[in-house]
Amino acid sequence: MKYLPLLWKNLWRKKIRTLFTIGSLFVAFLLFGVLMTIRTAFAFGVDIAGIDRLVLIHKVSLIMQLPVSYQAQLQSTPGVEVATHNTWFGGVYQDPSNFFAQIAVDPEPFMQIYPEYVLPPDQMKAWLDDRQGVVVGADLAKRFNWKVGDRVPIQATIWQPKTGGLTWEFNVAGIYDGEPGVDKTQFFFRYDYLDENRTGGQGLVGWYIVKIADASQAQAMGARFDEMFANSSAETKTTTEKGFVEGFANQVGDIGTIMIRIAAAVLFTMLLIAATTMAQAVRERTSEMAVLKTLGFTNPTILMWVLGESLLITVLGGGLGLLAAWVFVQQGDPTGGLLPIFVLPSSNVAAGAVLIVLMGLVAGALPALQAMQLKITDGLRRN
Amino acid sequence: MQWISQTLAVTLLNLRTIPQRLSSSGVAIVGIAGVVVVLVSVLSIAAGFTAAMEGSGSPSRALVMRTGADSEMTSGLAGPDTDIIKQAPGLRRDGQTPMASSELYVIIDLPKRSTGTAANVPMRGVESTAFAVRDEVAIVEGRMFEFGTTEVIVGRGASGQFAGLTVGSVVQSGQSSWQVVGVFEADGGVAETEIWVDARVLQGVYRRGNSFQSVLARLESSEDFDRFRDFLTTNPQLNVQVRRESEYYAQQSQSLSRLIQGVGFGIAALMGIGAVFGAILTMYTAVSTRAREIATLRALGFNGGSVVVSVLAESLALGALGGILGGAGAYFGFNGYQTSTINFQTFSQVAFAFRVTPELLIMGLFYALLLGLLGGLFPAIRAARLPIPTALREL
Repeated sequence: MKYLPLLWKNLWRKKIRTLFTIGSLFVAFLLFGVLMTIRTAFAFGVDIAGIDRLVLIHKVSLIMQLPVSYQAQLQSTPGVEVATHNTWFGGVYQDPSNFFAQIAVDPEPFMQIYPEYVLPPDQMKAWLDDRQGVVVGADLAKRFNWKVGDRVPIQATIWQPKTGGLTWEFNVAGIYDGEPGVDKTQFFFRYDYLDENRTGGQGLVGWYIVKIADASQAQAMGARFDEMFANSSAETKTTTEKGFVEGFANQVGDIGTIMIRIAAAVLFTMLLIAATTMAQAVRERTSEMAVLKTLGFTNPTILMWVLGESLLITVLGGGLGLLAAWVFVQQGDPTGGLLPIFVLPSSNVAAGAVLIVLMGLVAGALPALQAMQLKITDGLRRN
Repeated sequence: MQWISQTLAVTLLNLRTIPQRLSSSGVAIVGIAGVVVVLVSVLSIAAGFTAAMEGSGSPSRALVMRTGADSEMTSGLAGPDTDIIKQAPGLRRDGQTPMASSELYVIIDLPKRSTGTAANVPMRGVESTAFAVRDEVAIVEGRMFEFGTTEVIVGRGASGQFAGLTVGSVVQSGQSSWQVVGVFEADGGVAETEIWVDARVLQGVYRRGNSFQSVLARLESSEDFDRFRDFLTTNPQLNVQVRRESEYYAQQSQSLSRLIQGVGFGIAALMGIGAVFGAILTMYTAVSTRAREIATLRALGFNGGSVVVSVLAESLALGALGGILGGAGAYFGFNGYQTSTINFQTFSQVAFAFRVTPELLIMGLFYALLLGLLGGLFPAIRAARLPIPTALREL
């Protein structure tokens, strides 16, 4: 620690070089943070998907509807805590580019199953009192500047209202919030409102969510449900919610791998830059090192100095880069709703920190060894 | 004249000595090449996806769907309505038969080959006119399915991306099973991700009664579109929208290709900054290791301008090398790479291939040269401004 001022002085003997090296490391780790955020966004919240929640969809495909009567059968099965149904609405608010998910739900069981959606009790009560009530995510409310009490018209694409036309009217009854990583861009309205007012499809729902008491029984429970509805007009396929989300992410494609490869390419390039800078910095100081050794500084001390200098550069550049990435991600999704889950997970920040230290050590290793092994006579004779 | 020959002499000297500074030049070249690989390969995803989507649509075909539906998936048309649609003027006829196909568009869950997890594979119920309407579709393996049976034909892309879609295999889905009897191509369009079956059979299996989801009609010519559309949209019996097929698919590909392009340009811009820093470092090193040489040249009477040009030329050369390396890397690494993703409008899979187009390669090269130029600018100015006496004294 007492050598820190010396390291600091050495760092700035070539100001421009140090600044640009720090700059490229800054960019590298800023990119690392952003890439990891995109990767997380395309995992669609798989980390928080429940393993004690099962998803039942129609066996043929997700677009086929299931009878609402399955709810009672599922609810009365031993081992089931809550069973509820969701229905995709797929409407358009003002313009098709304003995409967000609208889902018809049964409010009470729905909120029981999803404790991660936090809704003030008075807003929950308002939702239960108003058939046209809707609960929207905090991010969505911010995006369209909606407040509790606002009236929101949505154009139907699938379910046309009996009243004619295409417009369904909703009242914002509440705004839910949640931890970072929870999708706060959704629009939940009441299934009874949909079912009473649509021209067709009465008594049908999109899919079921079942919360089971013992997560270790997920496989067995899933098989049991599918058996219950086998040979009926609507057979089911049950997966854990986690498996369901993973499956969906796989359908989008392997964005995660692409992001990791890009990040690797970026970090490798910047490692090269940092390593050459260090090599040069040491080469320039050959005779100084020899003088220091003559004065009695030991080889390990010299080794530590060079490594320390290299670490100082990567920690400064990389650390600021990671910080900048974090600040950027805090501003929220820049695409306006295409990436609902826009967070930089702390595990990735930790991984970034480890990479910064590793990079500092690797970039400094060779020059440090050379400096340590330098013979005084050779060093003094050079130049 | 003298200025030109001076410049040429110093520039050639610089370019010829690049190999002597291999390690530091290498950093700049690799840095710039890395940026170009990432830029070109990410944009090639968007190019491939857009090509598959836009290649599917023809301006001389019209797609009729229910008002309000944002895709075939959410549309619905009663059987009798589709008969009215087929009587519209502007439609091409083959003898007495209108060249229009009433179709169903549904999803069937099949495992993706690469991951083994379920994917939403689109399944299209067609009428016998479907082939006359889409003249680009051709069977390349096996044979056409028999109408009235549960035989199906599959697109080439679907056959490659999803398990169990080869000629002779049987696909089990719910309580029905489908026999694959043929594979078709459609000029690389989205239809190649689809499974085709007799629409009447599919109506039964998906309990659709006598209803369809869309009518695809071939027009007399692309100019007849307005006549065709106006006839249908003003008919009080119908509640439909009419779009050119080309516009329908172009609009569907828009949001995803914009997202990919945004991500690609964003990453490339940030990486570019890093690479410029790398190039600046390289060029400063190049200048400072040769400070004495440069000063000697200037003492001999070479002017500052020629030194600036020579340093810029060197850094442009590094940029060009990086650009070529990066472009080649992207081309050989990714061009033609087959994959599939989900089309969020229809929630169904689209198979496509990455396309490293000549435009992308040229763009990558230009970007590389720009990075080289930016990297060389300040070092060049510094080289020209070096005070001769101090530089001569420098080690």
